[in-house]
Amino acid sequence: MSLTRRHVAFALLTWLPAAAVPVPAAALPQEAKPGDAPVVEAEHDPELEAQVRELASRLRCPTCRALSVQDSPSGMAQEMKDLIREQLKAGKTPEEITAYFVDRYGEWILLKPTAQGFNWTVWLLPVLLLAGGLFFVLMTARRWVEEGRARATALTEDGDEGGV
Amino acid sequence: MFKKILIPAAVTLPVVALLYYGMQRDVRTIESPLPGRMAFDFTAPTLAGDTLSLSDLEGQVVVLNFWASWCIACIDEHRVFIEADRYYADQDFQMLGVVYQDSPENARRWMRQRGGEWPSVIDPNSRIAIDYGVYGVPETYFISKDGYIAYKHIGPVTPQVMVKWVDRLLAEDRGAELTATDGDVPEGRSQGHVRQAPDVPVTTPESGGGRP
Amino acid sequence: MTSTIGYISVGGALLLSLAGATLAFVGVRTGNPGMARLARRATYGVFGLATLAIGTMVYALVAHDFSVSYVAQVGSRSTPLFYTVISLWSSLDGSILFWGWIVAGYSAAVVYVYRNRHRGLMPAVTGTLLAVNAFFWLLLAWPANPFTPVWPVPADGPGPNPLLQNHPFMGLHPPLLYLGYVGMAVPFAFGIAALVTGKVGGDWIRAVRRWVMAPWIFLTAGIVAGAWWSYEVLGWGGYWAWDPVENASFLPWLTATAFLHSIMVQERRQTLKTWNILLVIATFVLTLFGTFLTRSGILESVHAFSEGLIGPFFLGFIALVMIVSLALVVWRSDELRSEPALDSIASRETAFLLNNLLFVAFTFTVLLGTMYPILAEAARGVKVSVGAPYFNQMSVPIALLLIFLLGVGPALPWRRGSPELLRKKFLWPTAVALLAGVILFALGARHLLTLFTLTLAVLATGLIVGEFWLPVKARRQNHGEGLGAALATVVNKNRRRHGGYVVHLGVIVMAVGIALSSTYRAETEATLRPGQAVAFEDYTVRLDSLYAGREPHRDFVEAAFSVGSGGSYSGVLRPRLNYYPMSTQPIGTPAVRTRPREDLYLSLMAYAQNGSTATVNIIVNPMVVWIWVGGGICVFGALFAISSMGFVAERFGGRKKKTARETPKPVEAGVGGAD
Repeated sequence: MSLTRRHVAFALLTWLPAAAVPVPAAALPQEAKPGDAPVVEAEHDPELEAQVRELASRLRCPTCRALSVQDSPSGMAQEMKDLIREQLKAGKTPEEITAYFVDRYGEWILLKPTAQGFNWTVWLLPVLLLAGGLFFVLMTARRWVEEGRARATALTEDGDEGGV
Repeated sequence: MFKKILIPAAVTLPVVALLYYGMQRDVRTIESPLPGRMAFDFTAPTLAGDTLSLSDLEGQVVVLNFWASWCIACIDEHRVFIEADRYYADQDFQMLGVVYQDSPENARRWMRQRGGEWPSVIDPNSRIAIDYGVYGVPETYFISKDGYIAYKHIGPVTPQVMVKWVDRLLAEDRGAELTATDGDVPEGRSQGHVRQAPDVPVTTPESGGGRP
Repeated sequence: MTSTIGYISVGGALLLSLAGATLAFVGVRTGNPGMARLARRATYGVFGLATLAIGTMVYALVAHDFSVSYVAQVGSRSTPLFYTVISLWSSLDGSILFWGWIVAGYSAAVVYVYRNRHRGLMPAVTGTLLAVNAFFWLLLAWPANPFTPVWPVPADGPGPNPLLQNHPFMGLHPPLLYLGYVGMAVPFAFGIAALVTGKVGGDWIRAVRRWVMAPWIFLTAGIVAGAWWSYEVLGWGGYWAWDPVENASFLPWLTATAFLHSIMVQERRQTLKTWNILLVIATFVLTLFGTFLTRSGILESVHAFSEGLIGPFFLGFIALVMIVSLALVVWRSDELRSEPALDSIASRETAFLLNNLLFVAFTFTVLLGTMYPILAEAARGVKVSVGAPYFNQMSVPIALLLIFLLGVGPALPWRRGSPELLRKKFLWPTAVALLAGVILFALGARHLLTLFTLTLAVLATGLIVGEFWLPVKARRQNHGEGLGAALATVVNKNRRRHGGYVVHLGVIVMAVGIALSSTYRAETEATLRPGQAVAFEDYTVRLDSLYAGREPHRDFVEAAFSVGSGGSYSGVLRPRLNYYPMSTQPIGTPAVRTRPREDLYLSLMAYAQNGSTATVNIIVNPMVVWIWVGGGICVFGALFAISSMGFVAERFGGRKKKTARETPKPVEAGVGGAD
């Protein structure tokens, strides 16, 4: 694991500067012979990875604009993910890890505002609107039904709905 | 009649006011929670090949600068650092670079090309950068003699910022009270990380005010 | 020279649209048809000048005339012709020019199509549209002038934004989005005209129907195409990030969709008049708002252009539009009132009211989430972020309710739902849906939210299929027609309705794709040497080779991976990293193998410079293709629905409107009484 990770980190370090200098085409082998190396199993601990993904998708990638650490391909985000994975393996809880990032970056790094204080507006206003709207809609529908009853008694011969 | 104007205005004004406020604010600078707190210690290999700890530099004002060879804005501030390094040479002042998302070879070549005698540490897993809440380069922390982060500067450091903070920190032994929150705002809006900074003429910071 | 032609056409368009708008409103006031005729001609003139302006710009781009500021900004001699042409909308000034041209085009089209009809409304419609035109030509003449001469003339330019020249889809997605966005100015103009003239009844609704449908189709296609573009280009295996600019395109879509539903209530029951006008106003304001978001640098976003004077201009215009339109609504509020009669709460009217409530709540939530960082900073002085986790959590319940409603709504009859009819329509779909839920659970579907979504999707599908099946069955019994003939008759009798149901089916297909791909996605990362293979899920991915190459406008590093299952390989995927001269970071292009069941998505993340290793991100993404298929079904259904509102229907069916309006009722009665 750690060997692979270091490779990634190293490779990431090398491609960034490669941007400034055009990649010399000759530096890379044009066609490498596919050998018959054995198939390796992907490093995959589904439970841990799911936890990493969950945490990383709630943190904002600091070098990008409006992308989560999980979704960003940038080197910084990759390393943040490594850090999260490492800390989880070391037994830290997701809350502790989140608290660490908030401690260093501020509340800005959370993609989901914490439900406290003024932040309640962003969580509660939509719910209030929906609840109020539901009440309003039901009242309107009831008023229309009453209108229907009133008209039915007034004009028994006219059943046409368009007769307004 | 009054109502007829009041309702549209009552709906429109808050929206427009909010958007207007939004246009005034600077989306790119994010207040760091770090100023006023102890600087986090780290031990890391330097470009020169030895090992350096931040705690070794206690008793000195440290300007901790995150940079990379691929960062265009870093070129401008590098000239400021060279001047400052020379100007504060006999005082308790130490420049310290952290190489961010870059290979040691590229970083070494860059320093050779542009000069500068101070050490830079390598941060291969970006752990130092994450610890310091770095968004991108260049970002610079001004650390007091007793190890407090007094101020974080996002974007290229200008001579004015450099002189102001280093002078203050040199004059003060205790850094805890000296934070950006004591009524000081950074001069001007800081630049985006990637974008080229406007050309700031590098002056010898004699005229720099604030020297007590 | 080119600059001069550009200047003249932009300035001419500005003056002509101002003059035309003035004439049109004088015409509205005096009732002088000559004024209206002149305003109409001015509209054609504006479109002509706009076409000249945009033609000049395309010419300047293609000819690499770097003396024109916009070309100097986005042009480059090394950019391929295709990307040179589409760089027209890759940056700020050019995209506003494109906006201006499309709004001029829409205006000319409306004015032409209705030159002999809707005489009461058209002068005010023309005036409003020309006023909107005037705003955009003012922007183009002043703060966003793309034709400013540059001196000294640079020899070459930087080329367009690398992200925008990375995929041919950039030639499709922005124009679709603009056509949708800008087109919402037309329903707005009709709404304003209805208020100004006081003709707030059915006429403007009938006139405006297709002019909402057309931009709605473009907007839908544009949003889906944008999601597809993100998926194919950005390399993170997702399609929707709730980025502020994505939200900005989604907001007017939501209100326009609400409008498309609520106008049916007004057509049938002559109610919700104020509501409908508010919805078209909101839709237009939201398009302006979206454009403002992208052009003012107010929010961080991957799509944002740079700042300038444009922001204040837009803000002023938004304020003006809001104040004037709302003042008109308040002024006419007495004439907008009406109460229809219902027999039962369980009616389609109620379903439409709930539908509108959900769409508005959805709009409000997305708007609030998008703007909350600004609000929080104003109130608390702290920078906060609102991203995908918030939007997902808030929108999933609303989306589920909408899926429920999009099946139930069509099954409810107007005015009243009798218990027998409801039982008849709901029994089978509910039974099938519950059975499907049980089977899916038995098959191992343990993600409860997804299971619930799928069950709802089956229910909604069953209900909508019933809306086709029951009348077809009745027709076969009563007329002895074959299945195909009966279906064709039923569907053609009311294309608008059945087209709408097809759209509903498309939405269900999309919802299934979204639910499954977002919850059952698997992802891993592997660093491989050439010849080495990695097994993940059911796949084996082998790195064959890693090589670098050069194209005119970029260098690239590409890795060839053989992919297959077990030990056998059935194809090669080539993800790459592109290096553009003006960009410090490489732009990846993932390689995707699409299958009905799942996509295999490879992104090249890194490589060793000596070619010894490549790091690849492997994502297995189930059912993603159904999102695009569902989007296609939506567009198809909407096109089918609009086919009854076209020239043919208006010319030859217009006379029959009065009687035609009665016909749906018997059909419905037929359904109800078929047993």
